[in-house]
Amino acid sequence: MAPDIWSLYALMAKSRAYEEAIADLWKEGLISGEMHLGTGEEAIHAGVLSQIQEGDALALDHRGTPPLIMRGVDPYLLLRELLGKPDGLCHGQGGHMHLYSKEHLLASSGIVGASGPAAVGFALSAQHLRPGSVAVAFFGEGALNQGMLMESFNLATAWKLPVLFVCKDDSWSITSESKRLTPGSVPQRIQGFGLPYLEVDGLDVAAVWKAAQEGLYRARNKGGPTFLHARCVHLEAHFLGYQLLRITRHPLREMPQIIFPLLKSFISLRGAPINERWQGLKVIFDSVYKTLRDPRQSPANDPLFRTRSQLPPESVRLSELEGAIQKEVMETVARARKEPVK
Amino acid sequence: MKNMRFSQAIDDALSQAMAEDRRIILFGEDVPMLRRNLLVRFGPHRVRGTPISEGAFLGAGAAAAMGGLRPVVELYMIDFVSVAMDALLNHAAKVEFFSGGTWTVPLVVRAPCGGGYGDGGQHEQSLWGWLAHIPGLSVVVPSTPADAGGLMLTALDYDSPVLFMEHKLLSEIWLDFLGAGGRKSVTYDVPPAGREGPVPQPWTPVPIGHAAVRREGEDISVVSLGVGVHQALAAAEIASGSGISAEVIDLRTVSPLDLETLRSSVSKTGRLLVVDEDYQEYGLSGECSALLLEEGLDFQYARVCTQSTIPYAPELERQTLPNTDRILDAIQGLFT
Repeated sequence: MAPDIWSLYALMAKSRAYEEAIADLWKEGLISGEMHLGTGEEAIHAGVLSQIQEGDALALDHRGTPPLIMRGVDPYLLLRELLGKPDGLCHGQGGHMHLYSKEHLLASSGIVGASGPAAVGFALSAQHLRPGSVAVAFFGEGALNQGMLMESFNLATAWKLPVLFVCKDDSWSITSESKRLTPGSVPQRIQGFGLPYLEVDGLDVAAVWKAAQEGLYRARNKGGPTFLHARCVHLEAHFLGYQLLRITRHPLREMPQIIFPLLKSFISLRGAPINERWQGLKVIFDSVYKTLRDPRQSPANDPLFRTRSQLPPESVRLSELEGAIQKEVMETVARARKEPVK
Repeated sequence: MKNMRFSQAIDDALSQAMAEDRRIILFGEDVPMLRRNLLVRFGPHRVRGTPISEGAFLGAGAAAAMGGLRPVVELYMIDFVSVAMDALLNHAAKVEFFSGGTWTVPLVVRAPCGGGYGDGGQHEQSLWGWLAHIPGLSVVVPSTPADAGGLMLTALDYDSPVLFMEHKLLSEIWLDFLGAGGRKSVTYDVPPAGREGPVPQPWTPVPIGHAAVRREGEDISVVSLGVGVHQALAAAEIASGSGISAEVIDLRTVSPLDLETLRSSVSKTGRLLVVDEDYQEYGLSGECSALLLEEGLDFQYARVCTQSTIPYAPELERQTLPNTDRILDAIQGLFT
């Protein structure tokens, strides 16, 4: 069976349009604290979520918007939640990192790695109560060093539970490059748990779909868990307002307040020898340099662009689809803000 | 004297101590970027980034301290200590006791705490009462830049584990990192005197276990810490308009608690109001009253604390956390 690119693109485009609207709400100050978007992860989410059925459970991280939208949670309720309103999805009590929908067996967490134990528990309940149903855990590659997640890989394998572990690997753990902190080989590490390991390009929605199909089939048929490793680029980095991106986007405004204290400290008397100080400076410049060579600038790293380019350009169907999504999002945002449609 | 912002003061005191004591090292998630000014002065051997492995690196911090270092281990937020609680609860806090007092753990755990910027109930907790509950841990919660730096200096010199908690509303670094993110479109209720203030140069230690009387008064003792101190001072100022003379005590240290300052204040005023951003039940607010009752004091008592999980919605969050209005109501309630 081949995936239907049209329906996958529809899921991705809708999620992106809502997240762009959410970014605007954040910029306007209508969302007060952090906001972690899933822009750039859409192909991974769509490839998996398009195959989720009634009775399946989702253990999410702090980037919940794409899976919620794609799972069919009412976007109006989601927006009202993000706006902190009493009629929001979680009555304004949860917020974007703590989104829950009991109806959809969907729970998020702001604690890195917490989706692992959650998926194991959901899978255990499926094994007893909903045979054929699965649990999916979404997490980033930074979570691969979190004990509770590794313990979950082991537990799911030991108990042969129906779990699909989905690692959305953008190669950055907030401001730290993950490879510096994750020695060895990830495939070998995962396979060491006896966990079947699938690696795909997380920008290629059809590839994700196929890998997810394999993992979900195994889980639904009592074959135990699977680990799906998908690489991607976070288009807004870790969260909105990410400092390293701010530096690259507005160097003149952001650099002085960083560089002057840095240089002052660099030349302070008493401290490490000069070569160690250089090494320290190099760590900082490396991170800034890597962010400057911004993979976000290339449309090839945007899964939405990649998927769209597989569809017939300027077709009536495409423009109708995108028009309908745009209309829905504008109307829902206006309704959530209690404003007339712009 | 020099003016500094809150986190700047902590880092400055840290750098003074690091220059004098090679045993002090610093590690935690994203520390190279968060403490970049220390990184370029003391180098990557002493200022290290960690993987997201709190259980390992906090536990390692405790044993590194046993091995002769003076580690400062940073957690991204005190909420995340839950993931690594064993390191504190069963190890760092107990080694000195188990070893018959022969082996100490000079560990400092630095962690942002507190709410008021819309990050929800997994990222805005205080938890200092939960931590102070454990014998063997000291917990400090400064409310001004001068105390923050001075307490850090003492913590670094302390022979047992110290939890050093940095309120995110006071910290210019954390409030921008986790709150505004460069936006001008959001404002938070930041007490100016906590955010920035005069600090001594060079730094001198502020003792652990000593409260500070921030405002003298005759009729009621308002006891708080962190951001609550500033809210209590604002409420005391308003209450003075209706003839109530409130004394405001900044505990600065949750454990060990400065019983002497509490006792002398409450003996004088006969009224105790505890303003505690941490959870109300089984915590600091109850502990203050229990200790004073054990001393045989007779006083009227009230508390303003956090009574539930902290909600995300800004207005719900404002009502849930202590604020000046709630404190004022509670002060007035003790005079009716």
